[in-house]
Amino acid sequence: MIELKNVSKWYGEFRVLDDCSMRIAKGEVVVICGPSGSGKSTLIKCMNGLEPFTRGEVTIDGISVGAPDTQLPRLRARIGMVFQNFELFPHMSAAANINLAQLKVLGRDRATAQAKTDELLARMGLADHATKFPAQLSGGQQQRVAIARALAMDPIAMLFDEPTSALDPEMITEVLDVMVGLADEGMTMAVVTHEMGFARKVAHRVVFMDEGAIIEDASTAAFFGTPRSERAQQFLSKILQH
Amino acid sequence: MGSYRWNWPILLADPYYGWIVSGFGNTCLIAVLAWSIAFPLGSAIGIARTTELRPLRLVGTIYVEVFRNIPLLAQMFLWYFVVPELLPQDWGHWVKRDMPYPQFLTSVLCLGLYTASRVAEQVRSGLEAIPRGQHHAGLAMGLTPAQVYRYVRLPVAYRIIIPSLTSDFLGVFKNSSLALTIGVLELTSQARQIEEYTFAAFEAFATATLLYCAVTGIVILAMRQVERRTRIPGTIAIGAQ
Repeated sequence: MIELKNVSKWYGEFRVLDDCSMRIAKGEVVVICGPSGSGKSTLIKCMNGLEPFTRGEVTIDGISVGAPDTQLPRLRARIGMVFQNFELFPHMSAAANINLAQLKVLGRDRATAQAKTDELLARMGLADHATKFPAQLSGGQQQRVAIARALAMDPIAMLFDEPTSALDPEMITEVLDVMVGLADEGMTMAVVTHEMGFARKVAHRVVFMDEGAIIEDASTAAFFGTPRSERAQQFLSKILQH
Repeated sequence: MGSYRWNWPILLADPYYGWIVSGFGNTCLIAVLAWSIAFPLGSAIGIARTTELRPLRLVGTIYVEVFRNIPLLAQMFLWYFVVPELLPQDWGHWVKRDMPYPQFLTSVLCLGLYTASRVAEQVRSGLEAIPRGQHHAGLAMGLTPAQVYRYVRLPVAYRIIIPSLTSDFLGVFKNSSLALTIGVLELTSQARQIEEYTFAAFEAFATATLLYCAVTGIVILAMRQVERRTRIPGTIAIGAQ
């Protein structure tokens, strides 16, 4: 479904991504973790071409993200993305946020889009908040609206870039519950996160990154059992200490 | 001051009353027409300066630097006296002999192009105040870069810059008085003419001042309403205080 082949990226002299290769099969949930600055966010943004890369190839469903003749908007419309800071559009209500791309990208008529939006808001437990604006919602509610906004496009895969890192602890669960539900339904997912409990519970594979390189790519059981690299062991011992 | 003989009724006498009315009308007309050049052009240039396309950014930067750095009075003279000489001969002849209302149109063009450079800077700063993640979120859902501007970035940017755009509109309104230097009979120029004919300097200029103040006051009140109406729920706008 999503395939990265030898992807490298430089900012001038600084190498952000170092020869990264990985595959995410249909229906697979892959957690990408690693210390901050290791290139996780950059890597996931390469998957839908938000970050250009210097070398290598990224393909989604057989379509090359980096090729100059690829219609990036059309490709991106099929891949949902959820961001650390939610990135809801502040001047639109929750419902309008979810409607926007359905109307302007998919060309759905308003009634169809609204029906989809209502259904998703209900599923997120936010039916009463449709007319509220982002600034009137809690962080956890905003992130669930953002997930609904991505799902409204009927995506073939979902990318999550640290979806719970900006949330207060008591709101992390409500967002993770939604993500666990998606995984259980068989959604293809790439998730950058430090939530090792989530990784253990739903991920099929864990990819560990450090200094721009993929150090480990292992099944979840293998990763938490005996990570082979010393860096991954250090990382896990720090993050699982408490 | 004690020996000054006030003569307010003279302002209502023929032809002075008509002069004030037509001067005020010209001032308002110049301001509105110049703004209707400045706002769309300035917005386009401001947008150009924030795009990924280097040539567009360069054009925008050159425009802003040229129009912002030449004194407005000098620009007025350049457009009126110099530019017609630089045009191809036929065009120059047309501008100098056949173009209707040459002083009026020249001042509208000059003020519009100058104010556009100021609007461009406001629009650019408004767009740059929006976090990059918003742009990414728009692209990630399949919007084209143009659609991200249209539906995501500009609606927020314009809200942010309402107060400074108000200042720029008041600027073009007040700067329209410079049109008198190339012979447009706008409000300030008519006040001066009345003073020359009647020696009622205080009455004439006090009236002009009051008219300027009245318009700026109305514009400020109206823009506060605009700000209040477009306020994003859950956030604070200055006009809503």
